Amino acid sequence: MLELIVISTLNGLLFGMLLFLLSSGLTVIFSMMGVLNFAHASFYMLGAFFGYQLTKWIGFWPALLLAPLLVGAIGMAVERYGLRNTHKHGHVAELLLTFGLAFAIEEIVAMMWGRSPVDYRVPALLDFPAFTIFSTNYPAYKIFMLAVSILIFIVLLTVLKRTRVGLIVQAALTHPHMVGHLGHNVGRIFMLVFGVGSALAGIAGVIAGPALVTQSDMAAALGPILFVVIVFGGLGSLPGAFIASLVIGLIQTFAVALNGSLASAFGPLDPSAGPSVLTDIWNVTIAQVAPIVPYLLLVIILIVRPMGLMGTRET
Amino acid sequence: MNAKMTSTPTSKIVDTTVGDGLRFYGIWLAGIAVLIVLPLIFSSGGSLTSFSLIGIAIVFALSYNILLGQTGLLSFGHAVHYGLGGFAACHMMNAVVSHGWPIPLPFIPLFGGLGGLAFALVIGWVMTKRAGTVFSMISLGIAELVASSSLILRSVFGGESGISTDRTSLPKILGLSFGPQLQVYYLIAFWLVISAIAMYALTRTPLGRISNAVRDNPERVQFIGYDPHVVRYIAFCFAGFFAGVAGGLAAINFEIANAAYLGAIQSGLVLFSTFIGGVAFFFGPILGAILVTYLQLGLTSVTGVWQLYFGIIFIGIVMLSPGGIAGLIMMHRPLVRAGTLPTVIPSYLLAAVPTLALACGVILTIESIARTHSGQGSPINLFGVAFSPASPVTWASAAILVAGGFFVARLSWRRVGEAWDRATTIARDRGYLA
Amino acid sequence: MTAAIEVRAVEKRFGNVGIIRDLNLSVAQGERHAIIGPNGAGKSTTFNLISGHIKPTSGEVRLNGDVISGLRPFEINRRGLSRSFQVTNVFARMSVWENVRCAVLWATGHRYAFWKNVDSLSEVRERTAQILDDIHLTHRRDVPAGLLTYAEQRELEIGITIAGGATVVMLDEPTAGMSHAETERAVSLIRRLTEGKTLVIVEHDMSVVFGLADRISVLVYGHIIASGTPEEIRRDPKVKEAYLGEEAH
Ligand SMILES: Nc1ncnc2c1ncn2[C@@H]1O[C@H](COP(=O)(O)OP(=O)(O)O)[C@@H](O)[C@H]1O
Ligand SMILES: [Mg+2]
Repeated sequence: MLELIVISTLNGLLFGMLLFLLSSGLTVIFSMMGVLNFAHASFYMLGAFFGYQLTKWIGFWPALLLAPLLVGAIGMAVERYGLRNTHKHGHVAELLLTFGLAFAIEEIVAMMWGRSPVDYRVPALLDFPAFTIFSTNYPAYKIFMLAVSILIFIVLLTVLKRTRVGLIVQAALTHPHMVGHLGHNVGRIFMLVFGVGSALAGIAGVIAGPALVTQSDMAAALGPILFVVIVFGGLGSLPGAFIASLVIGLIQTFAVALNGSLASAFGPLDPSAGPSVLTDIWNVTIAQVAPIVPYLLLVIILIVRPMGLMGTRET
Repeated sequence: MNAKMTSTPTSKIVDTTVGDGLRFYGIWLAGIAVLIVLPLIFSSGGSLTSFSLIGIAIVFALSYNILLGQTGLLSFGHAVHYGLGGFAACHMMNAVVSHGWPIPLPFIPLFGGLGGLAFALVIGWVMTKRAGTVFSMISLGIAELVASSSLILRSVFGGESGISTDRTSLPKILGLSFGPQLQVYYLIAFWLVISAIAMYALTRTPLGRISNAVRDNPERVQFIGYDPHVVRYIAFCFAGFFAGVAGGLAAINFEIANAAYLGAIQSGLVLFSTFIGGVAFFFGPILGAILVTYLQLGLTSVTGVWQLYFGIIFIGIVMLSPGGIAGLIMMHRPLVRAGTLPTVIPSYLLAAVPTLALACGVILTIESIARTHSGQGSPINLFGVAFSPASPVTWASAAILVAGGFFVARLSWRRVGEAWDRATTIARDRGYLA
Repeated sequence: MTAAIEVRAVEKRFGNVGIIRDLNLSVAQGERHAIIGPNGAGKSTTFNLISGHIKPTSGEVRLNGDVISGLRPFEINRRGLSRSFQVTNVFARMSVWENVRCAVLWATGHRYAFWKNVDSLSEVRERTAQILDDIHLTHRRDVPAGLLTYAEQRELEIGITIAGGATVVMLDEPTAGMSHAETERAVSLIRRLTEGKTLVIVEHDMSVVFGLADRISVLVYGHIIASGTPEEIRRDPKVKEAYLGEEAH
């Protein structure tokens, strides 16, 4: 039991930090530009596939650097040639554009790499157990992932607190309607922020690819959870996104690891009752429920606290 | 734009004549007539199946437009109501058979509608608290919740295999067994007409008008006595009901309901149909549903990557013509009335050539990549010319078509813009345009 | 007789900044009351507080004797108070006719009805036509509101505000940005349409204010420094110093 708690906590933190790599970019983009980037998880997927392809060609370490840059460049192009032209048609059109992009990216990835998982391996250098708790080997690669995401977290924090662009971003988070007054370089700042946000998603993809499954539906699987994270944390709140990422990361990891069901806790129901909704619920294991946990949280938070954990804004 | 409008003369836009009223009923009657004679002209099994699917898709898309076009709510989870309607219909059909209730098949879509409505009533109040992006995200979350739960609640949703039913064992009405597809088609056509009339009528009610106001300016609505939350909620319930009707029709058509009914793909398709058709006009989603269903049925047999083409068409519409096809058509109405349409036609014809070349280039590129990667390498047949996907000739042609088509198309569309400006200026001077 | 609007000791803070301080205001039934004051004094904020757009930090607002502070805007509107906005706030994609008709619907009792054909409601149609006639926009009835000229949009804004038949009408700078001729037309329109109603108006043009108002309140830094008849205001030394002394806006 203790073993399970330690391992799941580590895995949960890891998943949470990965979620934060994605949700931070999404939050900043949303606050500054008012655009919810539906394709954000697709950038994460592109990161994973670029990472896989580049690893095959030039090795993992150069890929770790190059793939996010490529994804960032694509993100900037999307902002410059897509969103900027769509802006005049309003937020719904912008959201629809990113929705269409997400759809198209998934299809392009499926066309290039097929619909089944690709063989994206952990680099040999990190392919050993870092330590052994009780009887479980904890892979070094996961420690590496955790280290990378924490490092990026620190870099982000420093950039936000110390640089001019960081200050602008912070101002945008607290006073979104003031962004319009940034002056003539507002377009360049948007492009930069969008590019950096996409690149962060790309990094998450490159490092998560070998540990999770690199497959053409990975964006569609992660995207909705990402939205839950930023609604749960409170739209436009970076601390909220951080807490929500960790909470959802941990909860989901623990849920997957737990095998109990009501039946195992309280014994089986009277078999003569026949199948019903009750028996379904009685027999389902916590692990089976894991995928819906984030959405249940979403519904609960909407009823209890509609602006999210740390949110201040009504819309 | 604004400067030109200051001196608009008393315009002919004002005229609403008896002629308009006649034309209005004429269009509806013509639509019904088409629905009746269509299967008599195209009577093959394949066409009947296609028409049935298109009918269902139209009801579904119209219900979606109650949200998107009328009330300004962009939902990513509308298929939830469609799917729940489908399951409700299947369970109802099975219950009718096993209990021997005297309910014939034509009434079943109503129960589908109630299934969609029930869920909207329960979840809608929380969901419609906020509009805009937040509503969109929540709709996606709820859709995922329902789709995942459906796999857990096996007794209700039948797990992976779904719930199947037999439409022919319900009590007969007018001696119809509903075994043959033709009878199912007429059943769908019947419900299509009823639903379309009802949804059109809805737009002409106080609620329908206020929904538009909520879409345009929810803040101001509060200062003319309305609670935008209530308006959104009622609209959401209506959309849920008619989506449920569509789901019920699908359940009758396929004699099964499964998890795919309420999944993300179904939600995406209805969004595509509605938006491509055009959300600002009632007939827009009808056009969109016809086109998307037709493409879906037609493209699957020609190409393995038809979904990619959908994505590209959709992105193109969002960026170039957010009014959709209906918007494009209706743009021309003032020109037709002012008689200046013929002045823009030549520029259209001129622009069509490079645009078509560009499209061919894009298709060639996509198909050669797709066929090379999937390893089948079957030749690409484009207007009777066969291209081998692996051949450099194909790549060169694709590159030339894309690059050349793009540049020439840009130039020629600029010409269209100029012709268009001239035509609208005249139309405005003649008082056909504000 | 109870006052139409009674504002008592209202404070409004945004964060740490007190924008409205100890605001007291009383508007009698049937009175035309002008609020004047420099830009940023808090006039629009006062409108927002009374109409329920924002909630006071403390204090209370009464409409015809009933407490309305804390109610939602539509609840206040249903009790007979209607307001316009300084920045034009219409339904841009809907026609002029639809704009006014929507504003008529609640007051004529049709509410959220989804079983009535809106085109066949004769009372709604007549009232809408009457208001379009009043605001001189009948010839533009089918034009989307977003395509109107600025002056036309301002007139539509007034039309939407009075369409529901509210007994208390609040207009926030209805003539701002209008030419002299347009202002004159708008003022006579306002005078005619608010006949027998209570009117609260924010206005910068002093000739308009002194010509139209029965009483005037002067708002400076979120506080009313004087309230009285135009004569009293003209003579008030505090007002001269704080407001009329400087160049009138
Ligand atoms: N929502 C808000 N948040 C913060 N400050 C506000 C807000 N609304 C108004 N203010 C401030 O309140 C002051 C008064 O504004 P306003 O009522 O619009 O003035 P007026 O209408 O008299 O010109 C201004 O300094 C303005 O910046
Ligand atoms: Mg003001």
